[in-house]
Amino acid sequence: MKSFAAGVPLPDMGALPWTTPKPLAEARVAIVTTAALHLADDDRFTNDDTTFRVLPRERRDLMLGHYSPNFDRSGFGADLDVVFPIDRLEELAARGVIGSVAPRHLAFAGNQEDTLSAIRLDSGPHAAQLLRDDAVDVVLLTPV
Amino acid sequence: MCVLSRIIEAAGIATVALMSVREVAERLPPPRTLYGNFPLGRPLGRPGDPEFQHDVLARAFGLLDAESGPVLADHPVVIESDDVPMECALPPRYNPSLPPAVDEALGLRAAFDRRLAQRGVTSVGRVLTPDDVPDALAALARIADGTKWKEAGLVGDPVRVSHDLRAYYDEAAQELVDRPPDAGRFEAWFYEETEAGRTLLAARAQMQEQEAPFPLWFYMARATR
Repeated sequence: MKSFAAGVPLPDMGALPWTTPKPLAEARVAIVTTAALHLADDDRFTNDDTTFRVLPRERRDLMLGHYSPNFDRSGFGADLDVVFPIDRLEELAARGVIGSVAPRHLAFAGNQEDTLSAIRLDSGPHAAQLLRDDAVDVVLLTPV
Repeated sequence: MCVLSRIIEAAGIATVALMSVREVAERLPPPRTLYGNFPLGRPLGRPGDPEFQHDVLARAFGLLDAESGPVLADHPVVIESDDVPMECALPPRYNPSLPPAVDEALGLRAAFDRRLAQRGVTSVGRVLTPDDVPDALAALARIADGTKWKEAGLVGDPVRVSHDLRAYYDEAAQELVDRPPDAGRFEAWFYEETEAGRTLLAARAQMQEQEAPFPLWFYMARATR
């Protein structure tokens, strides 16, 4: 499956954006995953879903709603942190390694249409604005 | 994920990505990538191993010190995944009047319920409740035996049904093994050792034979199955 993923067509995204973060010990950190995690009462992800769900910092009762059968799910079943390392972030915050854990984290389903218009013009900027509203400085991305 | 990283970075938030496919990070680089040669679905590498997960995070956050990018670093540990089925006891045949997969699923219900009580949440629920699992397997058994897939009584999108069945078995099995097995071994156990896995693959093959729409049967199992 990795060799298939390696050959997936990718768009031209232009110049690489670059943001210099504040020191990690002062930074607020959020997780953005593409594992299609969600809460039980959230809308389910569909097979071509480009939207995201919000994962509150304190919740651990997350479901994996991904449509693809092509990645391992047993790791998530055994340990949420192998996909969504929220407890590890809490430990890093308690030790002062990171400044704080963001109140909201995000889950996409890893889908994108050929034009990328939904991600680039809609859900991507919406997600970024939500993270900015929470004063997030650093995002850890965990694709599956 | 490469696209999202760039959108978020452009909004003024520094990003670091944990990628398991190096070629993607090379072709459309996120600003900062830690490549881990880990099984897909386990970006932190090892379930139940906080020390290893902290090592991954320390290396990833260390990339934030770079002054320009793209930055692509490799985690030094390679986690291989083989396809030898894990060892996990399955219930003995109890009611011979039922299709084997139905009998098996009923026998695993206690383990599933213990896991659910422990975690408080299940990923079963796309279209099935845990109570629906035996009926769904009975419908798949009918398809496997040649009944037309539309007439077999399968409730809901077959792909979603398949995901729910996998989740039911995965969650029950988590309760029956000592520690999380390698990624490939869990999947091999389901498809090769369980009646449910074999029934699902047989039904999928029948649906292909019956010329069901491609997305409805193909995505019922991993592409390589």
